[in-house]
Amino acid sequence: MFLDETQRRQVAEMLAPMTRPVRLAFGTQAFGCETCDDTKRLLRELSEVEPRVSVEEVNLVIDKDRAGALHLEVAPSVALLAVGDDGTEWDPGIRFIGIPAGYEFSSLLEAVLLVSTGQGVLADSSREQLARVTEPTAIQVFVTPT
Amino acid sequence: MRMALLNEHVTAQVVEATEFPDLVRRFRVTGVPKTVVNGQVEILGALPEEAFVAQALAALPGRRPGTEDATLEPRAEG
Repeated sequence: MFLDETQRRQVAEMLAPMTRPVRLAFGTQAFGCETCDDTKRLLRELSEVEPRVSVEEVNLVIDKDRAGALHLEVAPSVALLAVGDDGTEWDPGIRFIGIPAGYEFSSLLEAVLLVSTGQGVLADSSREQLARVTEPTAIQVFVTPT
Repeated sequence: MRMALLNEHVTAQVVEATEFPDLVRRFRVTGVPKTVVNGQVEILGALPEEAFVAQALAALPGRRPGTEDATLEPRAEG
């Protein structure tokens, strides 16, 4: 178990304001992935604590179409999808590459909440600059778990 | 992540650096956090939001985004 009782309560509290279910599409593969099993367990625990978070395993080797559609290219990786009442998915383009443990787990929870509510608070000046972006822009943030 | 949420053209990847040494080498990551935009623009360290957005987007106009460098190579299949 990754999350102790205290952490489970904290996760539940943090995700309480969710408004839409979120699907975590988990890119995985059977071989050559040292952290896929741990990532799977961590995501499952998150889903147990907050049932509005579901986990979809996408095997990068077997489920190539799904992996391609979600741009899941390495294992482990996680795509966050909001799920509407009619089952439609909304993909805002947020991905976690590598196991989202340690400090990254907090970032994952924040991302779940953002995708669920669709509400991201930015300063007015940031919003103005962002509104001018009309071409594909890929932002990669390199982090470590500690 | 908020930038991706608010603009459909923007994608955000959080990369666990220790698991992907190839990417660390490719993008010359010597410390974290390090942000790379379209495989080119680099931001070192954590910045206040407005400064981060300004730096991340400052160099974009006129450049062709989505370069090869921004694409992750798949690991060995298995």
